[in-house]
Amino acid sequence: MASMRDIKRRKSSIQSTGQITKAMKLVSTVKLQRSKTVAENSKTYFNSMYRTVQSILAKAGTINHPYVLPARSPKKAVIMITGNRGLAGGYNSNVVKLITRGSFNKEDLVMYTLGKKGREAMHRWGYELAEDYSEMIDSPDYIDAMGLCNVLINEFKSGKIGEIYLAYTGFKNTVVHEPKVIKLLPIEKSEVLEGTDGSDDSDERFVPMNFEMDETEALELIIPKYMASIIYGGMIESVASENGARMQAMDNATTNAEEMLGKLTLQYNRARQGSITQELTEIIAGSQAIS
Amino acid sequence: MAEENSKYFKIKIITPNRLFYEGEAEMVEFNTTEGEMGVYKHHIPMTVILKPGVLTITGEEVKKAALHSGFVEITGDSVTILAEIIEWPDEIDGDRANAAMERAQDRLSKKESGIDIARAETALLRAVARINTIK
Repeated sequence: MASMRDIKRRKSSIQSTGQITKAMKLVSTVKLQRSKTVAENSKTYFNSMYRTVQSILAKAGTINHPYVLPARSPKKAVIMITGNRGLAGGYNSNVVKLITRGSFNKEDLVMYTLGKKGREAMHRWGYELAEDYSEMIDSPDYIDAMGLCNVLINEFKSGKIGEIYLAYTGFKNTVVHEPKVIKLLPIEKSEVLEGTDGSDDSDERFVPMNFEMDETEALELIIPKYMASIIYGGMIESVASENGARMQAMDNATTNAEEMLGKLTLQYNRARQGSITQELTEIIAGSQAIS
Repeated sequence: MAEENSKYFKIKIITPNRLFYEGEAEMVEFNTTEGEMGVYKHHIPMTVILKPGVLTITGEEVKKAALHSGFVEITGDSVTILAEIIEWPDEIDGDRANAAMERAQDRLSKKESGIDIARAETALLRAVARINTIK
């Protein structure tokens, strides 16, 4: 049986760990609230953006633009959004797993990473890394997303990369976060066809839109904005998910710590009682021996 | 203002971060890739792409803002502006805009190789839009 002192030491160490996890949980709860509001505020923007892009694609069924044509290069760029910090349950590793265990060919990929944890993991797996954009994720800003988007579009236009993907964690609600990979460019032709075919569907809510300029030109100008908004959306959803995941992980840790403390307290009390009984027995035996 | 014959229509300006403005207006003006444009109620549905310029909302009072990029969805009774970057006059730093304008003009006049002309032009347009907004 462990001595009283050992148990006491373990207890106090678990107690302080529990205090830390509890504080971390509170911090991430506050952060989650904030990032959730940001994510909700920007939803209208993305919905309108999506609708507009869809209506352009629907109108321009036979459009001939690199943004909708099949890839010219086997290279694929993946923008991977993870956190800069750990202790968030499976948040970081789930996104990493999506790439390493996905259908991607390791040699074809170039990783554009946002988040140190993801970058470190991809480095360990031996993936090709492009620039590091980790500091962006600390405070997601639309201007940053635009910058990253421009870099990628230039690479795409010069033919160095043929496809662009985004791997991030989608935020459904506080407890459900879904890691996913979506294709940004080229926009799939099937999607375009769907749009033209679906124009007489009843669930179609597109207002017939006119464009002052040629559709190809409109596409040229709108697609970068569309991409930037998806990247930005991915960033803020990931941040919300990260805080949600950390909140959950820290909640679990706190509960575990409390449970362990309870067990240890019981053990400690038993040990204390045992030692008192033993001491008493010794004293009584001693006094009997004298008399 | 809700009656049918009202000359007012709804206007909504959204940015990636927030709902920038929502209200009713008689006319809005902005600068597009095809030139300056003004919209009244019952405009035909149209999507136009913005260039840096001054956004003027004429309603019960006239409001101005510097609108740098994004696009506009116009339907008969509403206008939705999806603005990537937009600023109210009180958010603009006049001195900075002036400096940016001079810098951009300087860069354009030198015509050195290796400068990004398109970027300098956009920077110039932005600076001019900012200066015009706070005038």
